[in-house]
Order: sequence, then structure tokens, then C-alpha cells
Amino acid sequence: MKFERYGLGIAKGMALTFEHLFRSPITVQYPDEKLVTSKRIRGNELVWFPDKCTGCATCAKSCPQANIIISTHRGDESKFVVDKFEIDTGRCIFCGLCVESCPYDALAMGLSYECAKYRRSDLVMNKEKLAVSADHQPSAYFRPQFDNKLPEQSLLLYDKKVGGQKLSFIPLSKRKRGPGA
Amino acid sequence: MTLLDQFQLLLKAENWPDWAVYLTPAVAGILLIIVFILTIVIVFIWWERRLLGRFQLRTGPNRCGPEGIFQPIATAIKILLKEDIVPEKADKLIHFMAPVIVFVPILLIFAVIPISEGAILVDLNVGIIYVIAISSISVIGIFMAAWASNNKYSLIAGMRAIAQMVSYEIPVVLSLVGVALVAGSFSMIKIVEAQAIPYVLLQPLGFMIFFLGCLAEMNRCPFDLLEADSEIVAGYHIEYSGMKFAMFYLGEYGIALAYAGVIATLFLGGWQGPLLPPIIWFLIKVFGIFSVIVWMRATLPRLRVDQLMSFAWKFLLPMAVINMLIIAIEVLVGTMQWLMIILNFGLAALLILLWSRLFTLGGGRVEV
Repeated sequence: MKFERYGLGIAKGMALTFEHLFRSPITVQYPDEKLVTSKRIRGNELVWFPDKCTGCATCAKSCPQANIIISTHRGDESKFVVDKFEIDTGRCIFCGLCVESCPYDALAMGLSYECAKYRRSDLVMNKEKLAVSADHQPSAYFRPQFDNKLPEQSLLLYDKKVGGQKLSFIPLSKRKRGPGA
Repeated sequence: MTLLDQFQLLLKAENWPDWAVYLTPAVAGILLIIVFILTIVIVFIWWERRLLGRFQLRTGPNRCGPEGIFQPIATAIKILLKEDIVPEKADKLIHFMAPVIVFVPILLIFAVIPISEGAILVDLNVGIIYVIAISSISVIGIFMAAWASNNKYSLIAGMRAIAQMVSYEIPVVLSLVGVALVAGSFSMIKIVEAQAIPYVLLQPLGFMIFFLGCLAEMNRCPFDLLEADSEIVAGYHIEYSGMKFAMFYLGEYGIALAYAGVIATLFLGGWQGPLLPPIIWFLIKVFGIFSVIVWMRATLPRLRVDQLMSFAWKFLLPMAVINMLIIAIEVLVGTMQWLMIILNFGLAALLILLWSRLFTLGGGRVEV
């Protein structure tokens, strides 16, 4: 005699959903909490390494949007010095062909996924904005050499009241109920 | 004597004119009850969304106000500001009247639900029968909405609503006979006062039948066939928007509140309870019942139409008749209440087991 057929099955199901009440929510309250993304995210930005760049303009030739503006002059030891390196991310389709085509690995995809701006002119990335810096890191997408420099995937809590100040990192496995939860 | 009667006597003693003596308590009572309903319904909407979110490992709405408590108000304002669209081929008059006919009977149910000791609009001596009669009217409104919308999905929903309401009304009424037999009265206040032991313990089978029947009548999961979003979009209110849709939406939660109140009154001892004030006990019971309903919504999948009908006619109806007979015999013999509890729990378990063996669909395999 299977008691599942006489109402025990429903009781089991109800017990299962009841257990879910005591688990923490898996949703991320986005502006208050942000995920530190995976190391191998293919973000919507480009990171440029000025040291590696030889100014060969292969990236500009490979760009299907003809979107990369690069101009150079001859410097010491007849090497190219990059005067201007501009990418209009408003026109960029993030195909990554420039990254793939670069013979010196001087371009990489970044980590960021938040690229909305208030003005079109802010979308144009110049040399300074593209260059690698502390908060403009390349992702380990197809570049495993950067893997160990990047933070582990975890939950970053921001304070709601004090204008988006970083509060703390919590590993996903140890997450309890977040501030907006 | 209800609080309103006392208010009336007070006014008479103060030498108010006759018309004011009758009108003032009535208007005050009606306003109070409407404010009470709307407040609880708004909290219900918020509570259902939050609780369902927690069941599904989400947080639910938490932006608007502390813990998202003002979200239903924001939703209401949004709905009220929307354009009121009437389909070109709709039956305009019936389309206009349907939300009112759905909503008003639900308000009428609250006239006989005692919220606290004496806090009842009218202490009808036929309270249960009044509830049964009034609560069935909204199905006419639902069918009017379905018919007047001139939409195939809403018509399917209307047909389902009629079938569902007609089928489930019978076991619901029969299971209430047990309550009336034990209490010896149809009056809601007398029934509450008779419950030294809540009737859920005295007649668990009757409670189960009434609860499931109520779920079907308020169109909640797992009996929400007439607004099954995945099959017939939104069911009977598919062609409604703006204010009229808000009426349906309010009515949906209003009837959940009404039936939760009826269940609390008839089976859980109404306002009675130790320590806390009566109204708090009533609200605790109502919210407990509503939480169980949300819990069932989070767990159980929707029934098929044939499963729904066979569940009412082959399972609930015979069980309700047997339950009525058992209670009648026990009342006639004059069984002690503690004996009745043991006897009825045993009989309920036995009956459910036995009847489940008989109750088969699809070539002898139990499917429901």
C-alpha cells in the first residue's frame, strides 16, 4: 500500500516547500548588492596595455565598424609612439576582433558590464580611459595569465544610504539574508 | 447584543432624532468594515507576494516603503491611472456591471463575520446560510465578465467558473451542516461561543472538505483553472483594465479574506483565544489560513478540468455526506467531546484511505 497515493505525497511536497522558507534568497538586490563577477567574464569594455602596444594599427584595420582611431609618430629607436588611441564605445559592437587580431596582446576584454553614460561624449574612450589601471583590469577571458590577479567571485555589498560606498565582500557560500532581503 | 446595537441605544438615550439613531450606527459600521477590508486586503496582497517570494527563494517586493509594504498602494495607483479599455464588440452594459457584481457580494459577506466580541454588523440567526447564498452571487459577475468581453479565453474561463462553483458549492454546504449540528445554531456569534474546543478538532474531515471547497470557490491554487495564465492568459478579466480590473483584483483578495474569516469563525474558534485581545486573535487566525493558502499555491500544481470535477463529485461530495451522517449520529447520541475528537480523527483517516482506493481515474491508476 503506497501512502503517497493517499495524501502523503502532497504532505511531502508541502514539507519540501516549507523548508525553502528558511533558505536565503538567491536573488541579488542589484544596486545595493553587486556580484563580483566571474574571472572569465567577457565584459563590455576594452583594456589597453600601453607598454605592449607597438602602434601597428592592426586593431584599427580589423575593426568592422572602423571605430578605432589610432595615430602615431616615430620616437626613439624608430619605434612608433601612440599619440591618439580612441574607441567610441557607443559605436563599438564588442565583437572582440581587435583583441583577437592584436599580434602583441596589447588589447583585452575587461570585467565591467555597466557602461551606460549620461552623454554620448562620455562614451568615447581615449588613451587614459582605455589604459590598464587598478580599477580597469582585463578579464581572464582567453587570457588565463591574468587569472590569479583577479578577485574570487563573491557578493559585494553596497551601503544604500552612503552613496554606494563599498561595505564588505561576502563569499557566496556564506551568504545570509542581504540588506534588502 | 452587538456593539452597533449598543451605539444605537446610546444615541437614543441622548435624544437624537429617530432617523439619525438608525442611520448613524449603520453608516459608521459600514465605513469601518470597508476600511477594515481594504486595509487587510492591501496587507494580504503584500503578504502573498512576499511569502511566495520566500517560498521561491526570492525576496519579493522590497523597494517601496519599509519591506515593500507600500507596493500594493503603488500598484493600485498605477492601475487606477491606466486607460479603461472596452473592446469594440463587447456588450458594454454587462461589461460595465460585471466588476460591481463580483465585488459587492464579497463586501456583503463581511456583514455576518464577527471580528471581535460583538463587532459584527448584523447578528443574523441564519448567518451560515446568508454566507452561502451571498458568496455564490459573484460567479454570476464572473460569467457576465467572461461573456461580455467577447473573447474566447474569457468565455472558457467563464464556463470553468460556473462548473467549478456549482460543483464545489454542494460539498461546502454539506460540510457546514456538521458545524450547525454541533453548535445548534446558524448564527455566527452563537457558533463562535459554542466553540470551547475549536471545531477543526471536533470535525477534521468537515474542515478539510470546507477548506478545499473554499479554495475552489475563491479560485486559488490548485483550483485556479479560470485564471490559468499558462492556458487562457488571464481568464475572465482578460479584457479588463484600469479601475474595473482593480475591482476584480480587489475582489480576488477580498474573497480570500472573506473565506479565511468564515473558516476562522466556523472552525478555528473565531475571536476566542487566551491572553491577546479578540481582534488580534481573529487576525492571527485569518493570516494563518491565508499563509496556508499561499503555501499551497507555492507547492501544488494546477488540476486538470476533469480532475477538478471528479474531485468534487467523486471525493468531496460522498465524504461530505458521510461526515454529515457521522456528526448527526454523534450529536443524536450525545457523545462526549473528547471522545468525538478521537473518533472523528480516526474516522477521517480511515475514510480518506478507503475512499482514495475507490476514487480512481484513468484505468484504475490513482491520478489525482
